[in-house]
Amino acid sequence: MASDQQTGGAPQGRRAIARARRREALARGWGQFRTRRAGMAGLGILLFFTLSALLAPVLFPPETISVTRATGELLAPPSGEFWLGTDDSGRSMLALLAWGARVSLTVGIAATLISMVIGTSVGIASGHYHGFGGAALQRLTDWVLVIPFLPLAIVLATVLGGGSTVTIIVVIGVTSWAGTARLIRAQTLSVEGRPYLERSRALGSGNWHQMTRHVLPNVFPLVLANTTLTVAIAILSETTLSFLGLGDPLRPSWGATLDQAFSNGAVSAGAWWYIGPPGLCVVLVVLSFTMIGRALEQIVNPRLGGQ
Amino acid sequence: MAVLELEDVSVTYRSAEGAVPAVRGVSLSVDAGRSLGLAGESGSGKTSVTSTVLRLLPKSATVTGRVLLEGEDVLTMKWGRLRAVRWATASVVFQGAMHALNPVQRVGHQIAEPIRLHEKSVSEPTARKRVGELLEQVGLPSRVAQSYPHQLSGGQKQRVMIAMALACGPKLIVADEPTTALDVMVQQQVLGVLADRVQDLGLAMVFISHDLSVLASACDDLAVMYAGQVVEQGPSDQVFDDAHHPYSRALGGAYPRIGDLRFRYAPSGLPGDPPFPGEAPSGCAFHPRCPQAREVCATTDVELRPSGERRWSSCLFAPEVGT
Amino acid sequence: MTESVLEARGIEVTFRGRGGRPARAVDGVDLSLGRGEIVALVGESGCGKTTLSRTLLGLERPSGGEVLVSGRPLEYSAAALKKHRRSAQLVLQDPTGALNPRRSVYEAVAEGLRVHRFDGDERAAVADALARAGLRPPERFFLRYPHELSGGQRQRVVIAGALVLQPQVIIADEPVSSLDASVRGEILALLLSLRESLGLSLLVVTHDLGVAWNIADRIAVMYLCRIVEQGPTEEVLSAPKHPYTRALLSVVPEIDHVEPIVLTGEPPDPTAIPTGCRFHPRCPALRDGAADAVATDCRGKELPVLSGTGGHEAACWLTGA
Repeated sequence: MASDQQTGGAPQGRRAIARARRREALARGWGQFRTRRAGMAGLGILLFFTLSALLAPVLFPPETISVTRATGELLAPPSGEFWLGTDDSGRSMLALLAWGARVSLTVGIAATLISMVIGTSVGIASGHYHGFGGAALQRLTDWVLVIPFLPLAIVLATVLGGGSTVTIIVVIGVTSWAGTARLIRAQTLSVEGRPYLERSRALGSGNWHQMTRHVLPNVFPLVLANTTLTVAIAILSETTLSFLGLGDPLRPSWGATLDQAFSNGAVSAGAWWYIGPPGLCVVLVVLSFTMIGRALEQIVNPRLGGQ
Repeated sequence: MAVLELEDVSVTYRSAEGAVPAVRGVSLSVDAGRSLGLAGESGSGKTSVTSTVLRLLPKSATVTGRVLLEGEDVLTMKWGRLRAVRWATASVVFQGAMHALNPVQRVGHQIAEPIRLHEKSVSEPTARKRVGELLEQVGLPSRVAQSYPHQLSGGQKQRVMIAMALACGPKLIVADEPTTALDVMVQQQVLGVLADRVQDLGLAMVFISHDLSVLASACDDLAVMYAGQVVEQGPSDQVFDDAHHPYSRALGGAYPRIGDLRFRYAPSGLPGDPPFPGEAPSGCAFHPRCPQAREVCATTDVELRPSGERRWSSCLFAPEVGT
Repeated sequence: MTESVLEARGIEVTFRGRGGRPARAVDGVDLSLGRGEIVALVGESGCGKTTLSRTLLGLERPSGGEVLVSGRPLEYSAAALKKHRRSAQLVLQDPTGALNPRRSVYEAVAEGLRVHRFDGDERAAVADALARAGLRPPERFFLRYPHELSGGQRQRVVIAGALVLQPQVIIADEPVSSLDASVRGEILALLLSLRESLGLSLLVVTHDLGVAWNIADRIAVMYLCRIVEQGPTEEVLSAPKHPYTRALLSVVPEIDHVEPIVLTGEPPDPTAIPTGCRFHPRCPALRDGAADAVATDCRGKELPVLSGTGGHEAACWLTGA
């Protein structure tokens, strides 16, 4: 067990070693993740869509998705030129999907960030503060949890001024944090019961110190695993809201594409290349995040284990 | 014939850091109606040794040697025979067993579980009667069967675990630190129950503890383990009062004799810590902490040798007995 | 008489028990800890010793009585409590649980310094504390994590964490009960040496009478929320006055010249404290008839709270001084 680390040294040395340990822990985590086939598959799919999103402006210049400058035939089935056919304005479906990936991933991640920040803060605070403050936060969490998401989201989006991506991000972030908060609260309660929290209090630490230096690091792995699952939900929510016409009409998100498909009679025209692919994309991305999330959960909590 | 006989048993765990030898060449035997105390601290291998009795080790463990339960080698038993043997021939009271009770099932139901598993055709009234008898044997009123675990105290729960261990009428009980988490008064009650049952039912018992004085008062024979090996063995009062190995002596002195002024302001212990499994020092594993160590101790491999009438010790400086 | 560094005067702590009935954890205790003194607080689980120790630290507010720090009553404002923490530190029972598994040894020990915004050389203070706790050379332990250390080493880290703030009092709750037997002696010797070298006062809370015999100057025995006997350790443990202490001593395995007195009945329920002497339902003296002369007092007359200082006294109608 005797390690030959440098004895003492300047604070820089100490932090460098701490960083090295973190790198080692990450490497170990990656090693474990690599063995989980579902997680790796999910990662692969996610990588594919991320690349599409990043390369969309390069592969499909903005003109190809402009309604006015579309070059294809209207509602044409897949052909050599347009691999997935065209929509009712003559735009390449492939281009629309690639650009749609940008919206979905952006909204998904941004909304999740908001949701996680709110959810984690509320969760830790409601678990840490006993008495009125904590109880009030808990009630708030339960209240938000119980309200049906869709009507609330629609109302909020309308009130905030529908038709912008930022609105969608805010709406999803503000309505979906409650599940996370509950989870984090439960974990906080469990961590708070541990002796090192008592020791910290005995040393004289205040609430902020206890929450940020003890509870948060111990709750964080759970937060991380939960985040990926939340992204999946956020993307699904974005798709739904765009489908309902609350998104930015100028941005070609998958939900908006589906909306147009339905309202422009693609169904009766039998244009399967219009309806199928956007839906499939949503399903695949959501699935990928779910699989990654599950794999992370299994690593974080080995008791859930098993391939 | 001995109820339990371990012949040169070694247990090695496979881990990320390589092979970890937790138990190295241990031989023990227990006869019916006798109790053997197994003393040792963390890393001594005592729990691994006793886990071999019912083949309860994880798949990452390799066991060599023979573990004979009433003459049959547990390690080579077929799965079906092993399941029959588990609990019916030998049972275990685990460490922290009080926490092994299912909080949402009544206690009586849990005691009856091994009975139902081993005798599939047993009727409900018969099972309930047996549970009542078992509870009485451990000094609890039979109405306790209707209680849930959280309604019982620590001592009561531990006695429930003992009742469960007795449920299928085993010939051998392995008790792993059964009184460690309990108050002295309750500890005395539980030890009394175990001693009575061993005597009345003619059981064999292996009692694991790190407290040498508890073992000395509760067991007939004593074996002291350190770093995966047995370092001393003999009748328990002799090993306690007149140890033939410096480690046993230190262990015996760890808990002071109250009333003896020599122990006032003089806590006795050993420097350093017991070695992690797999990191045993060369030669005699105890030499880095031994107050009587000399150079030869680090270089000579030690083994158990007779050091008196029915006594064995692995110390190079134990009393010699002609072989 | 040495000045008292930490004192409990008439402390009462009541919790709301199951079913809403008040559960007394501490029901009237006077206890004082002098400078450089080591006092052992012994009793079985549920007797209130842990609650009493936490109240002395200010982690628990008493519902009656007061805590005196160097003669002055402890105030419960955040600032006063924080100041109290610097002078009274806690060492917990389970060293594995007491250390955050994600924090290195250095961070665990430095935590106290950071909380109190120590403005000296942090690194030197941490190294000093680790060295005093027996971990030498201290630098080698800075970056280790708790799971890489043995039980004894972890306990030393916890002790170092308590020492780094240079307290006057350390309250140790079962400091050695979860450690290996061979390591026990070293940790107890460490605690003794801290008294010698730093003049620390120590309150050791334990159920193990052997710990008291090894290191304590005075001992206080608790039963069902009250101290039933207290005094110099040698006197109390060699010639106990209270039947409960006698029974406890008789069942300690290390004593083989006394016939064990195993108490009948279950450990008592703090929500239903017996009238008169709270030990009377289980008292062997009462049961055997040895206490017939005072039996009515035992059953009906409440005993006064022991003064908590000086000589050997027991709260017993039969044998109490």
